[in-house]
Amino acid sequence: MRYAVGHSIPRKESWAKVSGRAKYTGDLPAHGTFFARLLTSPYAHARILRIDTSGAESLEGVKAVITGSDCPWLFGIMIRDRPAIALNEVRYAGEPVAMVVAVDEATAELGVRAILVEYEPLPFVIKPSEALAEGAVLLHPQLAAYRKVVDEVYPEAGTNIASRYRIRKGDIKSAFSNCDVVVSARFFLPPSDHFAMEVRCAEAAITADGTVLVTTSSQSPYSVRQQLSDVFNIPAGKIRVNVPFVGGGFGGKSSVVLEILAYIASKKLGGKPVRLIISREQDMETAPCRIGLEADIKLGALRDGTLLAAEITYLVDCGAYSDIAPNMAKAIAVDCTGPYNIPNVSCDSLCVYTNHTFATAYRSFAHESQAFCIERAVDMVARKCGMCPLELRLKNAIRSGDYTPTQVLCTPSIIGDLPQCIEKVKLLSNWNGGKPMAVGPNKVRAMGISCLWKTENPPTDAISGALVTFNSDGSLYLNTGVAEIGSGGKTHLAQILAETLKIDAGQVHVISQVDTALSPEHWKTVASFTEYMAGNAVYRAAQDILNQLRANGAEAFKCSADEIEVENGRVYRRGNPSSYIEFKDIVGGYKAQDGSSLGEPVLGRGGFMLKGLTALDKNTGRGRTGPAWTVGAQVVEIEADLKDFSYRILSASSVIDVGAVINPELMRSVVAGGMAMGMSMASREAFFYDEKGLLKTPNLRTYKLMHIGQEPDYRVGFVETPEDGSPYGVRPYSEHGIIGIPAALANALSAAFGKEITSLPLTPEMLWRLWVEGMR
Amino acid sequence: MLRYEGKTVIELDVNGEKRTVTVRPSDILLDVLRDQLGLTGAKPGCRNGDCGACTVIMDGLPAKSCLVLAVEAVGRSILTVEGLDAGSPIQGAFVAKSAFQCGYCTSGFLMVCHAMLSKYPKPEEHVLEEWLQSNICRCTSYQEIRDAVKSIIQQ
Amino acid sequence: MIPANFIYIRPDCLSQAAIAFAQMQKEGRAPLYYGGGSEIITMARAGSISPGAVIDIKSIPECNVLGLSGDKLIIGAAVTLSTIKESRLFPLLGTACGRISDHTNQCRITLGGNLCGTIIYREASLPLMLSDAELLLYGPEGAKICAFNTIFNRRMQLKPGEFVVQVHIPATAINLPYIHVKKAAQEKMDYPLVNVTALRVGEEIRVAFSGFGSYPFRDFEVERALNDRGNSPKSRLDAAMAILSQQAHTDSEGSGAYRVFVLRNILEGMLEEWR
Repeated sequence: MRYAVGHSIPRKESWAKVSGRAKYTGDLPAHGTFFARLLTSPYAHARILRIDTSGAESLEGVKAVITGSDCPWLFGIMIRDRPAIALNEVRYAGEPVAMVVAVDEATAELGVRAILVEYEPLPFVIKPSEALAEGAVLLHPQLAAYRKVVDEVYPEAGTNIASRYRIRKGDIKSAFSNCDVVVSARFFLPPSDHFAMEVRCAEAAITADGTVLVTTSSQSPYSVRQQLSDVFNIPAGKIRVNVPFVGGGFGGKSSVVLEILAYIASKKLGGKPVRLIISREQDMETAPCRIGLEADIKLGALRDGTLLAAEITYLVDCGAYSDIAPNMAKAIAVDCTGPYNIPNVSCDSLCVYTNHTFATAYRSFAHESQAFCIERAVDMVARKCGMCPLELRLKNAIRSGDYTPTQVLCTPSIIGDLPQCIEKVKLLSNWNGGKPMAVGPNKVRAMGISCLWKTENPPTDAISGALVTFNSDGSLYLNTGVAEIGSGGKTHLAQILAETLKIDAGQVHVISQVDTALSPEHWKTVASFTEYMAGNAVYRAAQDILNQLRANGAEAFKCSADEIEVENGRVYRRGNPSSYIEFKDIVGGYKAQDGSSLGEPVLGRGGFMLKGLTALDKNTGRGRTGPAWTVGAQVVEIEADLKDFSYRILSASSVIDVGAVINPELMRSVVAGGMAMGMSMASREAFFYDEKGLLKTPNLRTYKLMHIGQEPDYRVGFVETPEDGSPYGVRPYSEHGIIGIPAALANALSAAFGKEITSLPLTPEMLWRLWVEGMR
Repeated sequence: MLRYEGKTVIELDVNGEKRTVTVRPSDILLDVLRDQLGLTGAKPGCRNGDCGACTVIMDGLPAKSCLVLAVEAVGRSILTVEGLDAGSPIQGAFVAKSAFQCGYCTSGFLMVCHAMLSKYPKPEEHVLEEWLQSNICRCTSYQEIRDAVKSIIQQ
Repeated sequence: MIPANFIYIRPDCLSQAAIAFAQMQKEGRAPLYYGGGSEIITMARAGSISPGAVIDIKSIPECNVLGLSGDKLIIGAAVTLSTIKESRLFPLLGTACGRISDHTNQCRITLGGNLCGTIIYREASLPLMLSDAELLLYGPEGAKICAFNTIFNRRMQLKPGEFVVQVHIPATAINLPYIHVKKAAQEKMDYPLVNVTALRVGEEIRVAFSGFGSYPFRDFEVERALNDRGNSPKSRLDAAMAILSQQAHTDSEGSGAYRVFVLRNILEGMLEEWR
């Protein structure tokens, strides 16, 4: 019998959110707080000749004007290449050039508008292929001098290459010569925005004893602590980071940006609290965005559709600063082929600097972009082989016994069951074979399929923890370092705790906010890793509680601890459940009838550290970056108008091997949300740059997001192949709904229009242009 | 003729209560609700009238409070999410149908739904879409929000 | 948050408005007349305008009229788009109003505000260009009535201190057959890539455009080409497109070439429907 796992309980914070009472960073009272605003660069690349701040400084209420010369530090989670405020040079339009701190937001903004900056424009590059061209302007001539923060990053001096990763498996040369069918294609994906509904916000203060207090909308409170500590030489114990509810993250709030600026501002004001407020437009242009990607894919297969060889180049477009993008280049190298058993693989994955907004993690850590390229190429192979694209995928699906590109030997625990996902999505989507079907004059319906897979790329020693305390009514408080960003992780953790303790999940209260002084460290709320990492910590905390309850029970029942059962909030001696002690009477120790005190109060703790992961071999890529893979298959059906190139998305189906379903409705809704994000991104979102290197779509009027009324019928199914070493076998799943959607949509549209689509976004104009080019 | 210049004390009717605030004529209703009255349910998602996260109800109609001057709201009746009757059906429906994840757009959606259902207790599909297209949700698939509204209509 | 300060004035009558405007102008405050406020607020936030005073016309009774009066439909400049739509008094204008911005904003945006806006689309102007509408203006010299098409040339050409009080539409025009097609880059609710608004007066087709060029317009030569019944629909379309193609505008919504393609499809559909 299941107590909590497998139950569709509402998210723990439900009523806080529907009552409008849930507090996000910018909602906190600001009495006595000063406000900071940013002046940003209007050039993609320019030398700063002169900054005149006198106009701002003379304004009544302006407390400080801070420019690059006040900020000699460099930041970066892999390479320290990014100044907090540009010094001498701006490398993207939107880069902070000055910060004004004032008594209120309006005065700070008036100050910003009173600053005069003189620039000398420099040549710039927007696409990675341009950045790699002979003679391209270098964004970071001093690249070799930058400090590397991690080992696995390989900047190439004298180039725009922030890092490069190589995968070599088998022998592609001879394999290609044995292939009957070879396809090659070049792909271009522009960057885009996370567009979490909550604009990023951070506040900092320094107490009289030198403790730095930061409140921020972050997915990475412990990374904020680490980076402030490392760069400013503050003992980590003197930094306290508070994260209230986070209004969506999608990876975009894992990067540490505003927190640094808020700290610098507070420091300048002698520790007074300063809240940095940026506009939505700055959230898009100044704060990090999603990567762009250029790719060359060559796939070789036998006539029967057996994939033999893949030769791949990925150029990850990280924008002006590297942030976590080198790790994304690595991550898509690890998963470079998609979830297919391809024995011969060569992949070079480069992370390249360009003059636009820098990129950070985005839901699925670049896999949505990587999958687009591979899955389009796989469809091209299917077309050449005359095979159904679903059947070709089924034939090549990676299985237990196969090796991944980094030569990990697959077991059911490691790889899950992709063939079953494909079979199941075939039914869920009413798969029609992938051939377009006429449904009216100029109207066709078509389906596209994509598979997905992803493993994680955390530091090999990442940690998590859980603390559990009891209330006098026998209910519990669960305290972890997981930020509640909307993915419902804390509800899942409560269910894992409840299941392990054999109680109703209603008995578990969760602490919604994170305070690094109170909550045990959790690496970051990223990579869909909450259920695995924090879940393991919670599971161990539950075991810890059970041991303590058994010890208390043994004293109360005068038996050995082995004989004590814990169930339904009761402790009893095995075989005699009718004589029990309720949690409320035993979790604080037990008071016997004669008044004597027995046992000890119960306090649960669990810690978890990743194990068994390795760095990748620099030459072959051999190694293991994550504990296991999550696999899945997705189908999109569209109805296209062949005359005007418009289309409607009719349905979208996903079947993901989640290992175990913890909360069916929560998991369904989070997967559907990921699919919707993919649909919006693929069909309309893009950061395009004009001839001056300026973002053409810097606001919500020009940057398009999907509204209600456009959404198809979303269908979600699950396969459950448990992952060893994960609580109840659950796999990371919360970002995965997005991965195959752009590819599946493009495959459906390619089938409908009979054109090979190689870029995003999939607007009617883009489809029309493909048709026009085909006419030439 | 009304004239406001410089900081002025005005009275607003918010959630059935008369509240006194001091505003500049260029102050935005959204900021006054949040900063002076502590009603932070309305969110500054874009401050440009595009996302709907700041939606409140003014005299029965949805209004993006980032596009309203506080002084314009004098004499009008304002309802924010905090003023919805505790446990209103639409709130319960949002919980039951997973119609939110991060929760940041939720207040705005709830207010549009509430205004719509007050005017059209059984809105047709096209009306529902028309009204709710004023708001953006980045987490859900929208299907859940639609289902939440429909679950009320069917009651 | 609008960083700058301004004076807010809400007059109760037309003359108060004009006097207040003149006074503010005299004080060097670069005043603006204020309707629903959405454009003024967003632009002031962004810093692209900074009026020293705004004069809100929403309390002026004449600006809030909506109804038939004699042989005219009268719509006050402060009437909101959603009110116009729901009144069903002029279905074409109601349709146009129902496709501007989004529903919540339609409850705030006023007809006068849309017509006088700086955003290039001003879609409410198209039905008025086609329906022999007139404008009641008020300004330093008092009230005057002008043909819509003499005042609206690419944008409203108002004299300093003038504002739109009402739009008058001949009752004979409000129930004529019409076509309103708005295509956006991807979804329904967006700026128009191309908006084609057409009215049929007897056998005569009148047509106006927004989004296609960098301003809304009606072109009599295009209408002549489209109405040339001696020619086949295809050659009428070709002739109209030959004139129109030069006006196609490129921006982040779409390229000029694509707009030509979209416009042609729409006009082709229109000619088919009104064969």
